[in-house]
Amino acid sequence: MAEQPLILGIETSCDETGVGLVRGTTLLANAVASSVEEHVRFGGVVPEVASRAHLEAVVPTLRRALTEAGVQLSDVDAIAVTAGPGLAGALMVGVSAAKALAIALDKPLYGVNHLVGHVAAEQLENGPLTEPVIALLVSGGHTEILEVDDIASSAQLLGQTLDDAAGEAFDKVARLIGLKYPGGPHIQKAAADGDPTAIAFPRGLTSQRDMSRHRYDFSFSGLKTAVARWVETAERDGVPVPVPDVAAAFQEAVADVLTRKAVLACQERGVSTMVLAGGVAANARIRDLTKERCAAAGIELRQPRLSLCTDNGAMIAALGAAVVERGLPPSPASFASDSSLPVTQVLV
Amino acid sequence: MLRDASGPAGSPRRGVRSVEAAGKRRGSPPGGVWLETVLLLALDTATPAVTVALHDGRDVVAESTTVDARRHTELLAPAITGVLRAAGADRREITEIAVGVGPGPFTGLRVGLAAAQVLGAALDRPVRGVCSLDVVAHGVIASGGGGRPFVVATDARRREVYWAGYDASGRRLTPPQVATAADAAAAFGQHLSIAGADDMTAPAAGAGPRLYPDAFPVAVEPEYPSAADLAAVVVGGYAEIVEPDPLYLRRPDIAPPAPRKSVLT
Ligand SMILES: [Zn+2]
Repeated sequence: MAEQPLILGIETSCDETGVGLVRGTTLLANAVASSVEEHVRFGGVVPEVASRAHLEAVVPTLRRALTEAGVQLSDVDAIAVTAGPGLAGALMVGVSAAKALAIALDKPLYGVNHLVGHVAAEQLENGPLTEPVIALLVSGGHTEILEVDDIASSAQLLGQTLDDAAGEAFDKVARLIGLKYPGGPHIQKAAADGDPTAIAFPRGLTSQRDMSRHRYDFSFSGLKTAVARWVETAERDGVPVPVPDVAAAFQEAVADVLTRKAVLACQERGVSTMVLAGGVAANARIRDLTKERCAAAGIELRQPRLSLCTDNGAMIAALGAAVVERGLPPSPASFASDSSLPVTQVLV
Repeated sequence: MLRDASGPAGSPRRGVRSVEAAGKRRGSPPGGVWLETVLLLALDTATPAVTVALHDGRDVVAESTTVDARRHTELLAPAITGVLRAAGADRREITEIAVGVGPGPFTGLRVGLAAAQVLGAALDRPVRGVCSLDVVAHGVIASGGGGRPFVVATDARRREVYWAGYDASGRRLTPPQVATAADAAAAFGQHLSIAGADDMTAPAAGAGPRLYPDAFPVAVEPEYPSAADLAAVVVGGYAEIVEPDPLYLRRPDIAPPAPRKSVLT
């Protein structure tokens, strides 16, 4: 069998500059430069800071990926780039870089969907997916339940957050209880010594009425406010805030509502495989609870390693590989990045 | 670096609005032999103009300029392939790349810089940066608008301009800065008065005089940088070459998060 085409993927939708190299579902390189440190003192991703960092990192990250894979640029058969969704200015750096690379190499360029890329990353971990799959994507930038019927061409959004992304909720709650940004790892660490049942925080959009209108949607603003109210009440009453208990109870509320709705989506859509991805999927409690509930429901759970869960170029290369394998046409040279690219558009 | 034995580049073409081949490449040079093949790709996206040109060491052989502030990502790549096609050149024949480094609105500016840096890395060719205000200044001289000191002022949004002052021959007198149009005009007027000039109202090029005619009553061409001018001054050796990194002049518009507000009523 002839060797599968070598696909280079570029990702710049948020604060990670990623360049990955992939053949089929085989990972060759996954180079990432993160600007997360530059955002720490602002308590969240600052778009202009992220865009500046992307421009500084794009060529060095490209070189690093080639070295990691032990290939030359001239070996590359096609290029894939995140066309959206994401931060507008950040996306433009990657798209412009990818277009220039396509010109320099005279190779086809595919502008692809970031969200579907997260699902494609799983193929690099455990081999080809058997569609349909339900994907639970949780990160600082997005919180979605997708149904992917064909990784290269057909995906739909079943539900999403109506306000904060799960990762943002972690960041904001971390700040409330005096923990650092990014909130995810710090809350997880604090929660390890806490009792998740100590405080009953609300589960957003799970009431009977909400479940008819927002069956697969999420909301974390009410949870965040409930935590703030609880902490302030304790402070007002002069009671020391039990940070581990607050962290554990908050984390449990997020994990519960995420996994409950994702499992429900699998059951109601008759889908037997779930993919868990996105940076917040690194959270051990979310991983464990998803595993537990999938097992109980007879759902096969697939999740890539952390470096393929967070934003990266390999996931974009993986989706590019699927698109190339299907023989789909490259994107036009004049395509634009789209900060709100719908998930139904896998390829632009 | 060895160049065309016949001397500096020919005059750039003006007012070309679409891709066109401006001449046959690789004809025999006037009065000499080519010592080195040059094919310079020049581009600038620091203003609403997406401008790309190819220069063969003697002349601009193809140029593409489109003014559209919102479509830099869409327009640049087709413009690059367009000039290559118009000149009958292959991208592997490019010997060097020149790029306007701004100052300019950040998002558009980065489109050109990302493209230039990646082209340079992928083709293994040097990338030369030039201040985009200098490119406009070279346009002023090339179009005969010199002869006295002048200002280049481009749109920095938020009611400000990016600007620099130049002498009659196009040499930069003040560093690139960002200021209101009135402050920029006053600062350069003061600079000229210190230098002993009588008339302190300097002509202005760039979009500044169109946007702020009170501050810049005397407008001169061009309104936008032209890649043809950029290519000509780089090939001709007149440009001050800098690293191909963005000249932002402004810090990112950011503030640390506000102290948390009470949710208890
Ligand atoms: Zn993501």
